[in-house]
Amino acid sequence: MSLPATMDFLLPDRLDDALDALAARPGTLPVAGGTDVMVRLSRGRERPPAAVDLTRIPCLARWEREAGVVRLGAAVPYTRLADELAGPLPGLAAAARTVGSRQIRNRGTVGGALGTAWAAGDVHPMLLALGAEVELVSARGARRVPVREFYTGPGRTVRAPDELIRAVRVPEAEGPQSYAKAGRRGALVVATCSFAAALWPSRGTVGTGIGGAADTPLPALEAERFVAGELAGRRLWQSLEPLPDGVLTRFGELAAAAVSPADDVRGSAAYRRHAVAVLARRALGWVWDDYRADARAKEETCA
Amino acid sequence: MTPNAPDSYAATSCRTPGTVGDSAPRPDGPLKVRGAFAYSSDLEAEDMLWGTTLRSPHPRARILSVDTAAALALPGVHAVLTHRDVPGRNLHGSMVVDQPVLAVDTVRYEGEPVAVVAAEDPETARRAAELVRVAYEVLPPVTDAEAALTPDSPAVHDGGNLLRHVPLRRGRAARGEPLTADVVVRGVYEVGMQDQAFLGPESGLAVPDPDGGVSLHVATQWLHVDHDQVVAALGLPREKVRLHLAGVGGAFGAREDLSMHAHACLLALRTGRPVKMCYTREESFVGHVHRHPAKMAYEHGATRDGRLVYVKASIVLDGGAYSSSSPAVAGTVATCSLGPYEVPDAEVDVRVVYTNNPPCGAMRGFGAVQSCFGYESQMDRLARELGMDPVELRIRNAVAEGSAVANGQVLDHPAPVAELLRRVRDRPMPPAAPPEGAHLARTASRGESVVRGVGYAVGFKNVGFVEGFDDYSTARVRLESTGGQARAVVTSAAAEVGQGVVTVQAQIARTELGVEQVTVEFGDSSFGSAGPSSSSRQTYVTGGAVKAAAEAVRARVLERADRLLGRPGTATGLSGGAVTGPGGRVLCKLADVLGDEAVEETVEWHHRPTFPLDPHTGQGDSVFQFAFAAHRAVVDVDTELGLVRTVEIATAQDVGKAVNPQALLGQIHGGTVQGLGLALMEEIRTEGGLMQNPSFTDYLIPTVHDVPPMHVDVLELADPHAPYGVRGVGEPPNISSPAAVAAAVRDATGLDLPRIPLRLEDVAGLTRTPGSGVR
Amino acid sequence: MRLTLTVNGERHDIDAVAGTESLLSVLRRRLGLSGAKNACEQGQCGSCSVHLDGVLVCACLVPAPQAHGRSVETVEGLAGEDGPHPVQEAFLACGAVQCGFCTPGMLKSTEDLLRRCPDPGEAEIKDALAGNLCRCTGYGHILDAVRLAAARTRALEARP
Repeated sequence: MSLPATMDFLLPDRLDDALDALAARPGTLPVAGGTDVMVRLSRGRERPPAAVDLTRIPCLARWEREAGVVRLGAAVPYTRLADELAGPLPGLAAAARTVGSRQIRNRGTVGGALGTAWAAGDVHPMLLALGAEVELVSARGARRVPVREFYTGPGRTVRAPDELIRAVRVPEAEGPQSYAKAGRRGALVVATCSFAAALWPSRGTVGTGIGGAADTPLPALEAERFVAGELAGRRLWQSLEPLPDGVLTRFGELAAAAVSPADDVRGSAAYRRHAVAVLARRALGWVWDDYRADARAKEETCA
Repeated sequence: MTPNAPDSYAATSCRTPGTVGDSAPRPDGPLKVRGAFAYSSDLEAEDMLWGTTLRSPHPRARILSVDTAAALALPGVHAVLTHRDVPGRNLHGSMVVDQPVLAVDTVRYEGEPVAVVAAEDPETARRAAELVRVAYEVLPPVTDAEAALTPDSPAVHDGGNLLRHVPLRRGRAARGEPLTADVVVRGVYEVGMQDQAFLGPESGLAVPDPDGGVSLHVATQWLHVDHDQVVAALGLPREKVRLHLAGVGGAFGAREDLSMHAHACLLALRTGRPVKMCYTREESFVGHVHRHPAKMAYEHGATRDGRLVYVKASIVLDGGAYSSSSPAVAGTVATCSLGPYEVPDAEVDVRVVYTNNPPCGAMRGFGAVQSCFGYESQMDRLARELGMDPVELRIRNAVAEGSAVANGQVLDHPAPVAELLRRVRDRPMPPAAPPEGAHLARTASRGESVVRGVGYAVGFKNVGFVEGFDDYSTARVRLESTGGQARAVVTSAAAEVGQGVVTVQAQIARTELGVEQVTVEFGDSSFGSAGPSSSSRQTYVTGGAVKAAAEAVRARVLERADRLLGRPGTATGLSGGAVTGPGGRVLCKLADVLGDEAVEETVEWHHRPTFPLDPHTGQGDSVFQFAFAAHRAVVDVDTELGLVRTVEIATAQDVGKAVNPQALLGQIHGGTVQGLGLALMEEIRTEGGLMQNPSFTDYLIPTVHDVPPMHVDVLELADPHAPYGVRGVGEPPNISSPAAVAAAVRDATGLDLPRIPLRLEDVAGLTRTPGSGVR
Repeated sequence: MRLTLTVNGERHDIDAVAGTESLLSVLRRRLGLSGAKNACEQGQCGSCSVHLDGVLVCACLVPAPQAHGRSVETVEGLAGEDGPHPVQEAFLACGAVQCGFCTPGMLKSTEDLLRRCPDPGEAEIKDALAGNLCRCTGYGHILDAVRLAAARTRALEARP
């Protein structure tokens, strides 16, 4: 296989021009922070016919809040996400803070993570737990895809080659959220596995997401159904009692049952299965305990 | 010229700053902080080509054919060379000459160089390398070191897979009597493959010379041993090959063997143009040797009151595909196999084995790291068995001056092992609360399942080369007067790899010559050898050479001063830029004595001789100095998830004399952290001989977040045989820290944890170890 | 493509830059600015840290074309007319330099930290340096240097 020697790099400042470029040449690579793609490009491991820069298109670098949803432009770097959106998106901000290093977070974006769709990427579990939607746009038009339908395989998504990830729409927090990540080093480390939990009191549910423990990021659906039922059945939303240990443990077991992990240098499959159960149990415990503490604090303020 | 002692001058003659014992600043520091220091990967030349290496994708294969036509046809390509283009000896090796410069008909490890290319730019060179067609007959690789020793294993090299066997027999074992004791503990321990992971990649620039020779500017630990091998490969007269030290971005043992040296020279000579080669990080992982993985079966026998009676050990090291320094590493493992303990009887066998795994060789600690993990794990196990405090058990058995160690050598210098242990033990414990600054990437615990553990270890190792090898050093010292000021110029070929030998040389010259202004110049391969920057030896050996040369210069200057003063025996010293007499009285200005006639001396300095190990008993005075350090590690372990945070490390080390206290601390911090990395995260993983993680994404070295506060206790017990009493300092910090960290994690978890690096699944208790388990 | 960018205040026009080339490659090979180092070229070591339009980045992960029309500051631009930057002085004073290959990146990360946060705590310092690997020092003297640089910078700024 011979790769083309050169690659055009387009620098549009209008979204339409970027879309035209994607439509004109199949395989054109959109590049925002470059933190994933440059590793492949600079070693010649990947040689697309063209790349298109997303950092000059103003609408991609903006976020806005409307009707309880943050619309996060695909090219907003993690540093800005963590600094500017920790209020409405505490879980996503927390996950973003664990990505790589400051240098990486200054460049890396949620849009880029979605484009690469690496199963161990730190923001995916939280996007799943939050029920985010991905805005895809092409010269043909625009569509929204729930993130739970977005990942289709290792590094594969529903994005068509001519489509661009324009933004991700993330519901604002209405309760505690937490991101639990296990890795072998104190910083600058890929998650061996991770778990996100987000409490949605208005719906009586807990959103979940698991990273690094299957071909794709995935939600713990059985665990979600189970805990929603337990919270309702035990009238815990009303009583604000602690979650029984048995419920926490079962939640963890169900989360672990959802994964199909691999053995690799970051950890064994057995470890990942075990750790997902532990992380899920802990993350659920934290969001519920925080919710109870918040509720009690509110009561005291009112009284 | 009338040398006089003006009164106004007397005030400056008291003490010269930056002498031995001062934290003199690095002379290369200002360049380094400006980004202006020229590392080997920064070198460029007019009209330069870029070289790249085509490497074997297979750990074991026969090469059926190599077709370079398509690569040569690519525009911008100037040369594609294979083994046929090596004019001299197509083999290299710093000890055993067994490694092809370019593979001939067999490849023995993944990444073995098969062809090299020179092209106008690195991208073209890389694409050309992809166009070289190599037909391989892939063979099943030999990947298990123990299996490699069985008779039915394929041979990696003609002559079998046993690279060196070092037997060691002491006491009853030497007399063929059985070894018995009241209390016996056994254990099998493993150490994984660590990488030196220096930051500056293998690189250099080869420039063809008008005389048909070549000059190579390269980052290395020892120009002269490289020179020998490059000369042989090129088939040129020695004087036509010149090696120059380029800026070195860390070494730690990984620059003791050839990497791109001969390749770049071959390409430069073929093309007639300068050729630069610079490895990528991935290539660097296959482009240098690693720390030997070790499997160590230990048996310790002791009395009920905790006195060691005997040690049996069988240790197998995976040497990988080529010998590198494996024979010497095996010797060090054996010599250090009993620890710094009094052990009357011992039966130890160390075998280093060829396999088709990545070649292993020198890395900081050089075998002493592996054996320390083995014997210190055993000491903890024995303490448990005896119900004794683990530090008390160690102190009870510690060697001291006058004791014999494993090779039967009686320590004739201070060996304060018990004192080092006491110092780390007696330091107050850190507070129970976790340290400030939570881990960035660890959001997995709010304190659940976190258990504190404390572990201790003490280690030792030889300084310098052993077993009769004379690793002398050469230094030239010149004292001259410029602009009315005396200054010294020190020249040696000692490789500055970051450790600070350049600073130390200047400090010694200042000390001996009493001048502040000292320039240290790097000698190239035409200058005398300084021996390698390895084995913790440069301050001792090159330091010794500089001291001796400076003393010779001083003697001549004092003689000249006496002559000028007309009073023999008056001038007794040099200090503060002056010649001084009895009581430090200033006699005259040094610059005036020197005038325009510089004084220069070159000395080849040898440490005291060492002797071979007896081939049957491993006994012999093979070492000229041993060095010692102890560590205490305190860790917090999330026992459910297997996550470890090091809370604090305390260490104590005898350095003989702290020549540069600040640089010394830097060595101790850095070495300790490399050891922490080995305990917790650093491992090259191979499967079927194929490296699984050749990148900084998955070969993890400690970040600033992984490093705890460190308390360093420095002892300065002078070695009477060493210049200034110094003791080598580079390696001891790296020897006992892995064992101490692992012991602390055991203490927290209650698990056996017989293997480092500790994996998450190990610490979480998910790994079953045959014959052990939860204790 | 033809790339125009400003490096340490000086404008450069560079021809025939490949789309796959990194900003690091342009700095080192086209402009001869070898202060930013090439240790891993995967964004995993921080030794190529530079500022791009005032934002700290790994130059190895920036496609060079993305730097078109932008401003880059490297370690070579740290020292001013009147001498070394306080961060450079602090690294020398504290013995934070051994082999020095990580030093340019460490200096840039420290400078970046002190721009954002003149009085950093331990956690902030460690977070700022977590992307910069050092293999020699064990970080002890580097942490000392960052603390000293912060103190000196504050002292300078406190002067009337």
